[in-house]
Amino acid sequence: MTSAQDASQGVSIPHLLARNAAQFGDRPAYREKEFGIWQSWTWSQTASEIEALALGLLSLGVAPGDHVAIIGRNRPALYWSMVAVQCIGAVPVPLYQDAVVEEMTYVLEHCGARFVIAGDQEQVDKVLEVKGATTVIEHIVYFDKRGLRKYDHTAMTSLSDVQAQGRDASDEMVKTMQSRRDGLGADDTCVMLYTSGTTGKPKGVVLSNRNVIETAQNSSNFDTLGPGEEVLAYLPMAWVGDFIFSIGQAYWTGFCVNCPESAATMQSDLREIGPTYFFAPPAIFESHLTQVMIRMEDASRFKRGMFHMFMDHARRVGPAILDGASVGLWDRLKYALGNVMVYGPLKNTLGMSRIRVGYTAGEAIGPELFDFYRSLGINLKQLYGQTEATVFITQQPDGQVRSDTVGVPSPGVEIKIAESGEVYYRSPGTFQSYFKNPESTASTKDAEGWVATGDAGFIEEATGHLRIIDRIKDVARMSDGSMFAPKYVENKLKFYPNVLEAVVFGAGRDRCCAFINIDLTAVGNWAERNNIAYSSYQELSQHPQVLEMIEGHVNAVNASVAQDEMLSGCQIHRFLVLHKELDADDGELTRTKKVRRAVIAEKFNDLIEALYSDAPEVTTETEVTYEDGRKGTIRATLSIRDGNVSPKLEAVA
Amino acid sequence: MLENQTLAPSDGYVTADGRQIGGVMMDLRNITLRFGGVEAIKDISFDIREGEIRAIIGPNGAGKSSMLNVISGFYVPQEGEVWFNGAKRPPTKPYQVARQGIARTFQNIALFEGMSVLDNVMTGRLRQMSSGLFSQALWWGKAQTEEVENRAAVERIIDFLEIQSIRKTPVGRLPYGLKKRVELARALAAEPHLLLLDEPMAGMNVEEKEDMSRFILDVNDEFGTTIALIEHDMGVVMDLSDRVVVMDYGRKIGDGTPEEVRNNEAVIDAYLGVSHD
Repeated sequence: MTSAQDASQGVSIPHLLARNAAQFGDRPAYREKEFGIWQSWTWSQTASEIEALALGLLSLGVAPGDHVAIIGRNRPALYWSMVAVQCIGAVPVPLYQDAVVEEMTYVLEHCGARFVIAGDQEQVDKVLEVKGATTVIEHIVYFDKRGLRKYDHTAMTSLSDVQAQGRDASDEMVKTMQSRRDGLGADDTCVMLYTSGTTGKPKGVVLSNRNVIETAQNSSNFDTLGPGEEVLAYLPMAWVGDFIFSIGQAYWTGFCVNCPESAATMQSDLREIGPTYFFAPPAIFESHLTQVMIRMEDASRFKRGMFHMFMDHARRVGPAILDGASVGLWDRLKYALGNVMVYGPLKNTLGMSRIRVGYTAGEAIGPELFDFYRSLGINLKQLYGQTEATVFITQQPDGQVRSDTVGVPSPGVEIKIAESGEVYYRSPGTFQSYFKNPESTASTKDAEGWVATGDAGFIEEATGHLRIIDRIKDVARMSDGSMFAPKYVENKLKFYPNVLEAVVFGAGRDRCCAFINIDLTAVGNWAERNNIAYSSYQELSQHPQVLEMIEGHVNAVNASVAQDEMLSGCQIHRFLVLHKELDADDGELTRTKKVRRAVIAEKFNDLIEALYSDAPEVTTETEVTYEDGRKGTIRATLSIRDGNVSPKLEAVA
Repeated sequence: MLENQTLAPSDGYVTADGRQIGGVMMDLRNITLRFGGVEAIKDISFDIREGEIRAIIGPNGAGKSSMLNVISGFYVPQEGEVWFNGAKRPPTKPYQVARQGIARTFQNIALFEGMSVLDNVMTGRLRQMSSGLFSQALWWGKAQTEEVENRAAVERIIDFLEIQSIRKTPVGRLPYGLKKRVELARALAAEPHLLLLDEPMAGMNVEEKEDMSRFILDVNDEFGTTIALIEHDMGVVMDLSDRVVVMDYGRKIGDGTPEEVRNNEAVIDAYLGVSHD
């Protein structure tokens, strides 16, 4: 068997598909749970499904260079659509499935897609609403037929009909498809992905085949990924990470991509599949941990005692054992016993028994959370990346894992820190350009290929690991000239399970103030245990005991921030607990759940003013968007609390 | 009183949203139901047509649930005739009615609380199973193939109603809105021609009501199931149903499209309240 890592055959994803079909023909490429059973497709079945789809799309009139929008949840058919689109020389543009109509309008207009492949009725309805006005959409292809039978089908076809058409395609058609596919070069566009847009409108990032394949190759070698890996594809298809894991690395190494039955069954599907390679943002790890802790509190006293005893031991020696450090025999024995009694069953419940390599990224992860998973023996690591880099900028090698760094430069990546503190990189994954936006391209990527990340950070001299402080544009000065890095403080707050989200203000001001969002699962459970009655999120958020608890967290964070000589000015003087959860539908978060500071500052201007006054409470009215798109307002009176602030340390020169 | 007497029993009609409705499936003629001296239903006649969504509304105690129980064969009216699929139905037991292809849900959920969602929905397939007790106990021969076939049918319904994530959860642990959905799943598992829903949205919040409305419309659309439902939420009734029967104190006071019913004086007075402007 020729090696999977033979670069000459892989100039494009369709080429890799052909190679996998020849080499791993009868191994599974995709699985999806449907009607309660895991259905699977081998690489050769996948190749023929994709070919039929490509021919069908060709006969619908997809032209080379066309952008084809793909919207829906992770399903094999939609992954096939991406590759089928590539096979006929067009460019797939995956969109966030939970985008509301306005967001979708912007992207569909901007990329000028004539064809849209939609997962189900919900997505088709949105596309139909967008169609016409300012977009040039000609035809919709849909996968799930439910509810769509009675729609006007003049410009709409089901995916299975498109494939049927493809299977009947003429020889001439087949030749056209083959010539377009064989003509794909390493520098042709592989995919266009829209950034989530923390600031302003999303930008279309153009990635070439070389970007994707070289990155997939480097990163697979870094963690020695092989064709035997199993991954669960549950993160949005529009996100660069999913594209790299579920297409880039999957096609490069030939491993199997598993699609969950529905978004709600992710946890049980995870357990059934038991992935060996797993990726999740910190929020997922956190919600799993919260669930475990809540269930442990309901367990019998014996079980609870055993759980805590062994978890304490694991916290002490677990990470060291995982890193291969020296640990005494007695501790090892006790850990082995714990593995049988607690860790093993727990990992099994979490669906993490077989994880060989796990990554978290996107946001900083709390040290306790991180250590919890590592102490169980799960090889969880951090990586740092962005869409423009085809994900990988830095990652942590096995054995050098810490919660406060993001690792060493990934293979092939060069890093430098500018004088302003901003991190720059140059890599094989560096994007080609922003679509229809040469100014932004020029301001982000210089002539030598160095890309500005927009993050401030530094490299630790002793270890060579990169540490990220904050977004460079968020790092500012307070009125007395001391450094203000809101993310640093927010992350410390968010490490408390009760705090879902925090937004700290203070640029140009004399002191820092904060908005806090409580986590309904954790705080709701706590309220239940303490016999605290509440009827709504709003009521719970303003409960005096809840405010007291949050005040305790704020004080603890202040105490820890005060230790940092550079950032001791960032202690929180006053805070309030918001009456609504910050939501992407209201524009307060991006679709990847990052806070949009400017939007929040503008929207809740009255609250900020109140924080910087002496008022003990503030009454406000907020517009909210319901799931069906209707708008309403909620009115609330929020009390404002003060945090304990330690005197500033004098910066040592 | 409004009446759709202009329509011949065998004729269909086309709804506002373009669906073709067929001829009369269930015809209730001059039904009177008494409990001792109390007349719960007084001389009511109406029909349900193939493929339509028919609502029965009215204030509390109007006799709506009694009417549904007459349709399902649980109550036998003292007077009047029930015609189903063109034949007069003699007094029957509920299980015989079920065999004729009528399934229902209940106002106060009647599921097996200790059993999983999957098992509850499987009970809806009883009519499709014929293997004996012995064969089922040993899971041998016919019982085995039957179980696989029926499980496949049940899984399609689970997928349709989007309850995959609670497939193995005991029903007792579910919130109210989901229990209602499981009950609908069990009724659908029987593959009914006529589906009776007794207050499918009672006690639900707005979001759950919207979900349930969508499922009811989807059931009607995908499987062509005829649906008769009782509901209190006027907004839901007006949006969902093709024709509405209005009852008050056991009498029928209105019958027609939602638009006709809405503008009917007697209905407004009795049920929606007298307008004061």
